[in-house]
Amino acid sequence: MSCRDVGKIWAAGTSRAHEALANIDLDIEPGEFVVLLGPSGCGKSTLLYLIAGLEQQTGGSLTYFGEQVKAPSPDRSLIFQETSLFPWLSVWENVSFGLQIRGESEPDRRAAAKDVLKRVGLTEAGSKRPDELSGGMRQRVAVARALAMRPRVLLMDEPFAALDVQTRQKMQDFLIDVWRDSGASVVFVTHHIDEAVALADRVCVFTSRPGRIKETVKVDLPRPRDPFSPECEALRKRLTQLLKDEVDRAFAEQEGMAEAV
Amino acid sequence: MASVSTDRTPVGGTGTVAGGQDSPPALAGYTLPEPLREFLPKVGWTLVSVGTFAALWEFLWFIGWADPKLLPPPHVFLGAFADQAKFFNTAQRWAIGVSPDAGPTPWQAVLITVVSSAMRVFIGITLAAILALSLGVAIRYWIVVERLTLPTVTLLSPVSPIAWLPVAIFLFGIGNAPAIFMVVIALFFHMTIATINHIDGVNRNLINVARTMGATKAQIYRRVIIPAILPGVFVILRLNLFGAWMVVLIAESTGVGYGLGQVIMLARNTFNPSLVFFCIALIGFLGFATDWAMRMTQKRVLYWVNDPSGVLRGL
Repeated sequence: MSCRDVGKIWAAGTSRAHEALANIDLDIEPGEFVVLLGPSGCGKSTLLYLIAGLEQQTGGSLTYFGEQVKAPSPDRSLIFQETSLFPWLSVWENVSFGLQIRGESEPDRRAAAKDVLKRVGLTEAGSKRPDELSGGMRQRVAVARALAMRPRVLLMDEPFAALDVQTRQKMQDFLIDVWRDSGASVVFVTHHIDEAVALADRVCVFTSRPGRIKETVKVDLPRPRDPFSPECEALRKRLTQLLKDEVDRAFAEQEGMAEAV
Repeated sequence: MASVSTDRTPVGGTGTVAGGQDSPPALAGYTLPEPLREFLPKVGWTLVSVGTFAALWEFLWFIGWADPKLLPPPHVFLGAFADQAKFFNTAQRWAIGVSPDAGPTPWQAVLITVVSSAMRVFIGITLAAILALSLGVAIRYWIVVERLTLPTVTLLSPVSPIAWLPVAIFLFGIGNAPAIFMVVIALFFHMTIATINHIDGVNRNLINVARTMGATKAQIYRRVIIPAILPGVFVILRLNLFGAWMVVLIAESTGVGYGLGQVIMLARNTFNPSLVFFCIALIGFLGFATDWAMRMTQKRVLYWVNDPSGVLRGL
């Protein structure tokens, strides 16, 4: 996956136009875990939607294995912040939704769902409905649904933001296992520094309005990582400093806007 | 029948409630099965509620405030049931070749009247739901359909169904058809617009999930949008159920032939308050029963929608 000078302007050509992303250059290697870190509203989710093909860029080019990204593809599965399971389908039907879209037969779908649910540790939950599950379990089902399509890229938009701290840590460990197991690359959007420290091979820190990649930090630490090790502390400190400037700037901008009003 | 239902109802109701809610002390060692434990208190409180209302009415009659000629209390208008039943005349005596004595007995006539009114409501609502859902989805699916039909639908939706009454009779004459037409026309425009609103309100994430899985537009509509809007559409259907009952009565009262509305009109013209209240009681009961039936259907069909009333009651 390769992004060259990508830009996105919302409502382009109207008076409400604003620039969400500018000059994004980013390459994602197969099997890599990339974290996009930035303050809220900096456009990192927008970049994820562009990579998924759900939105079209207004500048630059996105290529996936040499081909222009024009439309969504099951090869690049997106996992959302809120639970986006279909409430009217059982867990296994949710997991095999994409296979049904492809027209696979029910026995095949059942088998595939069973297999994937096993990989996310939810063998028993197949016949339950989403509202019978906890938040963490629901996100695991969402991950299973994405994995069922055997994607080469997993795109994750703050998938654990709504979970409590303990569950979140569990889910991070779980995600690392799934990622290793599947061999897919992961692009993970978050505004949480600890999450970036725990997960990433590479952290791209975003500026706000318009979103640019301010700095890319390589993380060469073995997993599982001890969040209190000196290396992690140092990394956390550095990311905090990088982010702080952006948050300050965003705040100043918002105050300026409030005064203008 | 009348005095029994009015005087005993509150007592019987209270008994049921006590038995349903605090059954252990009364029947030590025996607990009701769960569905009954939930169901009985509901029935009990319904009877208490209606019974209190009836008792108040009876009391006002007893102390002489409610004139039995104008506001006959329940035991009067229900007690005169056998008398009233003869006004439910569904015999087609005006038709050529039908003997003046032919026709159903009064009891059969009441049943026929009630069933025909209910069937008109049911068929009308079903047709309106199918048509509105189809058009609403088509409007969002094909922009051409939207451009061609949406302005007309928006223009016609505020028109009172009463205004359509002459049209119903021009088009369909007398019989079931104009009444059903009235129900359909009263619900169709609102429901179409509501369907469109619900489609616009479908969680974007659900649609995006389907898109990333490679779903086509048709698949997204069939597998995501339609299931997602069903709960909302069903609520609209329930809200409009009472509207449908009103419209059917109006249609029947203007010469569809027979039906509850026609009987009420007859009662008005012959100055028969007992008959009016008897019909009101029947209509109330029918509306209640259809709403209940619809709630049950909703539970069955929309099994994934949780009932929020328990949460609100906890406030």
